[in-house]
This record gives sequence, C-alpha cells and structure tokens, in this order.
Amino acid sequence: MASTATTQTVEIGYGGNERLIMNMGPQHPSAHGVFRAILTLEGETVVAVDAVIGYLHRCHEKLAENLTYVQYPTIASKTDYVSAMTAELAYVASVEKVGKIDVPKRAQYLRVLVAELQRIASHCLWLGTWCMDMGGALGGGATIFLYAIRERELILDLFEALTGARLLYGFHQIGGVRYDVPAGWAERCRQTVDLIERRVAEYEAMLEGNAFFLVRTQGVGVVSRELALDVGVCGPLIRGSGVGYDVRRAEPYSSYQDFQFTVPVETAGDCFARYRVRMVEFRESIKIVRQVLDGLPEGPISSRPGVKSVGQVRIPKGEGYTRVEGARGELGCYVVADGGAKPYRLKWRGASFCNLAVLPHIIPGHKVADVVAIMGSVDPVFGEVDR
Amino acid sequence: MPPFVYHALVGFIVLNAVIGMVTYVTLLERKFAARMQSRIGPYYVGPHGLLQPIADAIKLMLKEDVVPTLADRWVYNLAPLVFLVPCILIFATIPFAPGLGVADLNIGVLFFLAVSSLEIVGLFMGGWGSNNKYALLSAMRAVNQIISYDLPFIFAALVPVVLAGSLQMSAIVEAQRGLWFVGAWYVLGPLAFLAFLVATLAAENRVPFDILEAESELVAGFRVEYSGMKFSLIMLGEYAHMIGTSFLGALLFLGGWLGPGPEWLGPVWFLLKALFVFLVVTWVRWSFVRIRVDQILAISWKLLLPLTLLLLMVTAFLVAWSAGGA
Repeated sequence: MASTATTQTVEIGYGGNERLIMNMGPQHPSAHGVFRAILTLEGETVVAVDAVIGYLHRCHEKLAENLTYVQYPTIASKTDYVSAMTAELAYVASVEKVGKIDVPKRAQYLRVLVAELQRIASHCLWLGTWCMDMGGALGGGATIFLYAIRERELILDLFEALTGARLLYGFHQIGGVRYDVPAGWAERCRQTVDLIERRVAEYEAMLEGNAFFLVRTQGVGVVSRELALDVGVCGPLIRGSGVGYDVRRAEPYSSYQDFQFTVPVETAGDCFARYRVRMVEFRESIKIVRQVLDGLPEGPISSRPGVKSVGQVRIPKGEGYTRVEGARGELGCYVVADGGAKPYRLKWRGASFCNLAVLPHIIPGHKVADVVAIMGSVDPVFGEVDR
Repeated sequence: MPPFVYHALVGFIVLNAVIGMVTYVTLLERKFAARMQSRIGPYYVGPHGLLQPIADAIKLMLKEDVVPTLADRWVYNLAPLVFLVPCILIFATIPFAPGLGVADLNIGVLFFLAVSSLEIVGLFMGGWGSNNKYALLSAMRAVNQIISYDLPFIFAALVPVVLAGSLQMSAIVEAQRGLWFVGAWYVLGPLAFLAFLVATLAAENRVPFDILEAESELVAGFRVEYSGMKFSLIMLGEYAHMIGTSFLGALLFLGGWLGPGPEWLGPVWFLLKALFVFLVVTWVRWSFVRIRVDQILAISWKLLLPLTLLLLMVTAFLVAWSAGGA
C-alpha cells in the first residue's frame, strides 16, 4: 500500500463533468460534533472525500502548559468528553511516570473500575448515535439510540454518586484517585452491570436479527489489515481488521495484568466487524468490572495528600509518554517536565484523530448513505480530534 | 338537494375530516413511538398532550416563510401544492360506508393508483426548485424509488381487484363478505397483503425506505429549504397519502367496513382497520434502519416486482379456473 498517501479515487463508468461537490458538515445532523467532509459525488457514489477538522480546537495542549499538575486533570477530561475517565487517566499516568510517583493498589483498581465503566458508557453512546446515523432520527435508529442512552444514564448515575459529576469528573489526581467508593455503591454497580449485560443481548437480538441492519453494515467500509497497520488506526478499528492490539494487553498499566479478559478480534474489517468488536467489549468490560469489585484491595487511595494548593505537585525535570486504551483506542499523553508545578510541554495523541485518517482511504466508491455509516463506525469524538 | 351541492358538501366534509385526522394521526404516531422507545411522548399541551397537534399547527402557521435567494421561485412555491393535491385527491374514491363517500367511481382503484403516483411531480419540483444539493439528490432518489415501487404497489393492489372482478371500491368490499381477501386462497391473500404493505412503505417514503428524507445524510431531503406553512403543507400531504393508503389497504384486504354489529358501525370498523394498517407501518418505521438506495432498487426489481407479478398471474389463473369449474 504505497499509494495510501494520496486520496484514492474510483473511476465510474460515465465520464463528463457530472460531478457534484457536496459539503457534509460542519453543521450536519450526523457529523458527530463539528466535522466537515467535502464529498465529490458522481450520482450517488462518492469518488473523493476531503476531511476538514479543527472546528473544535480549544488549545488544549497550550492550556496544559499554563495549568498546574493539580489543575489539569479536570481539564484533560475535556479532550475526549465522551470518555472523560480514560483521558484523565492518560494524563495522570503520564505525569506519574515522569515524576516516578507510586500509585497504591486500591487506587489502581479504582482507576480500572471507572475506566471500564466509562468504556461501557462510551460504547452505549456510540451504538446509539451510529444506529441513528443509519436509521434516522425519525426511525428505528432513534429507538436503539434511546435504549442505549437509557443504559448510559445508569452508568452516569454511578459516576455521579462516586464523584458528584456526570460528564467531566476530576476523579483522578496525581498519585491516586480523589474519591473512594461510597457505601452501597459496589452493590449498585453490580446490579447495573448485570442489567446492562442483559440489555446488550437485547440490542444484539434487535440489530443482528434485522436483515436491513446487516446489509447496511456487512462489507461496508472495509479496512484491510494492511491499511489498518499503514494508517495506524487503533482501538476497535484495528481489532476489527484482524489485529489483536490492545494497550491493556500489549503494555498493561494500572494493574490490568491482574484481570482476566479477552481482546476481541474480527477479521472482516467492515462496519459490522467493528460493531461486533464493540459488542464483545461491552461484555469484557463488565467482566473486568466484576473482577475489580471482587478483588478490591484495602488501603489508601492516593500516595499523596489531598489538595492543599494548586502548586503543590512539582515534577522533576524529565519527559515521558504513557498510553492507555480508551474507548476509541490508544490514547497517549506525552509530558515534558521542567521541575516546576506546570508541564513545560504536553502532547496528546488522540485515538479519534488517528482513526479519522482512515476515512479518505475507505469512503471513495461507497454511496452517500454509507459515508455516515462508516463515519459512525469509526466513532470519532471531535473534542479529541481537534483538542 | 341538487346532486352537485350534495357532492360539494360531502367533499368539504371529507376534506376537513382528512385534515383533522392527519393532525391527530401525528399524535398517535408520536405516542406509539414513545411507547416503543420507553418514553412518554407529548404530554404538556392539554391532557396527555391531546392538544399538541393543534399547537404544532399554530406554530407552523406563525413561522416565517423563508425562500432561498437562488431558488426557482415559481417551481419552489408551487411544489407544496402540486404535492398536496394528489395526496388529498385520493380520498375522493374511498367510500367510508356503503354510499358514504365523494365518488364511488367504477374505476375507483385505478383512479386511486393513478393519482397517488402523481405526487412525485410535486416532490421533484420541490427538490429541483430549492436549488440545494441535498434537495436535488433527494429528488433524484425520489424519482428512482417511486418508479420502482409503483409497479409492485399496483400489482399487489390488483390482486383483490382480480379476486373481486371489479375496480369499484364498494364492489370489492362487498365481494369480501364471508372471507376478507387477506385470507383468500390460503397463502395467496397473506402474501399479497404483505407485498402491499412493503410497497406501501416504499411508496410513502417511510423508514426503512425513507431515502428521500434521509436526514442523516441529506438533512431533510427535498423539503430541506421549506419552512412554515409550505413545510406543513408537505407534511400534510405525506401523512394524507399515508392514511389514504392505509384506507386502501383496509378496503382491499381487510374487508373495509364489514364487521360484526349493526350496519352503522361500518365506518368505525373501517377506521379501526385503517388505523391498524397505519400502526403496522409505524411499527416498522420505529424498529428498522434505513437501507441504501441501490439496495432499495434491488429489492424492488429483483424481489418484489417478480413476486407481485407472479401473485397476480396465479390469482388470475385461480379465478379463471374456479369460475370455469363452477
């Protein structure tokens, strides 16, 4: 795949100048945020796509240089606001690596717990919005959307009981976590994941028993194994293309080596394969949540005292990169410390950003309606793309 | 009373009844969808949201009417009317009870089918006149889809016609005394009804065949540039078409006004059957995802058209055979 750098075009039978340039976005019902795709159409067929990003740029990396290590974790969650817990985790893990700060076992387990719950919540939102892309806000897709949102709500309730916030949590801090589980929370958490496990089976029955869903997803938007490796996609995308790469397994962080789980791999590489990967991840996350609750060790939740002043954490000179497996794939954070209370430089490696790069390779040749299905199956969150 | 006054009066009543029904059918659909999605639906305007359609209508009338600068004004402004008229006109031939209808033509079914396929003209005018790429693409899809699905729709609707031996709506209903056509000839009736339902979905542009609207890629399709009263005229036309086709389904397959009880209950039975057809269509709408334009065409030409044609031929053969045998 040497030619992957250029946009692939597909020649359609009838020549002439009957091409139509159509904007999809930045304001569009299925643009998942603000994303602009400039489609070149021949009839219904897309022959080229230009992706324009940057509408949600908020200077996140510059912001990190101006906020202290104590302040930034709450802002870090805004990079990927759909799975804020893993974004926070990437930042604090990276700072802890540079500063060589230990994290108590209980805190590590709690981090895994919230990360997996967050993955379930994020996949719920993905499933709903993706089905809405294909089925319409005024059709069967909306039904799945509302079901999925209903389940996501349960997890947000759990997070609210844990941290007091529903979307952006500020749960992690350098050296541990900020809050311990309240009384009765673990039991409630178990009931919630039990319920979600049953509901996931319902979604599968509703979608996979539906011939229209299958024809819309199978064989659509195929990312071959080579293309996946070349472009460097990650998360469910690369696992849907036959590469069993998962940061939790490849480079365990935060005690992931203590838990039993399988990394789902599908070989087809189409939208349906990515859907299957995520559906299995629902169940694997639930499995991990149960294991964490069963084996939660006693002890402190942070190796550092609570927050007394915003400048209390100082990291010695050094630099480090840590990656975690977010809901969308490998989320990395590179921190350069200069000995002060603020990082000298910070760089995010967003999973959505890297995954989005595959779109111009796979969209040409598909119909207009497939564009939204493919885009949804990539599951981009534009807070993370533009930062 | 001179006949033309009588007809004008009945026409006026039917027209208003249709418009009233359309407004309230939207509420029925919203409540039904809410039920499916474990929601409540409209609730605050009036008791249990019963006044919601009226509030919607008033809102739409008060909205600003925006005409795009570069629109083809004549075509753009005319399109909602051209779309609406055939959709309302199809009610002309529907008898709601014996003798209760605007005109019980002896070619009623033919009239219905012919007029209902005229809506494509208004649709395409809207898509073309808006001077919008989404609308244009939607209009092109509309032509594709309606041409493909009118044939299976007509063939499926002709099965009861052949069974009854008449194109007159009231005669078709009377022929179903004893056994509704949905149960005729073991599997033949149910299959024809099923094919009719599928073709109905497509002819009405409902999910899973609503590629014209397709808001996830074409925003709102051919009506993306319409607002205010013009938008509501288009919506009125769409729902009127849908209800009209539901009435047709109830007439052709479910025995129209036939039912137990005294004769004056006939219109009630008819209404209930039509609403049943409507709710089946709604049920499908809220549980399926939309399919792609090429797949829609493939379903029509490769599956539905041969199937309905075969059904029609088998029906004709059976009718001729039983007539010869008797």
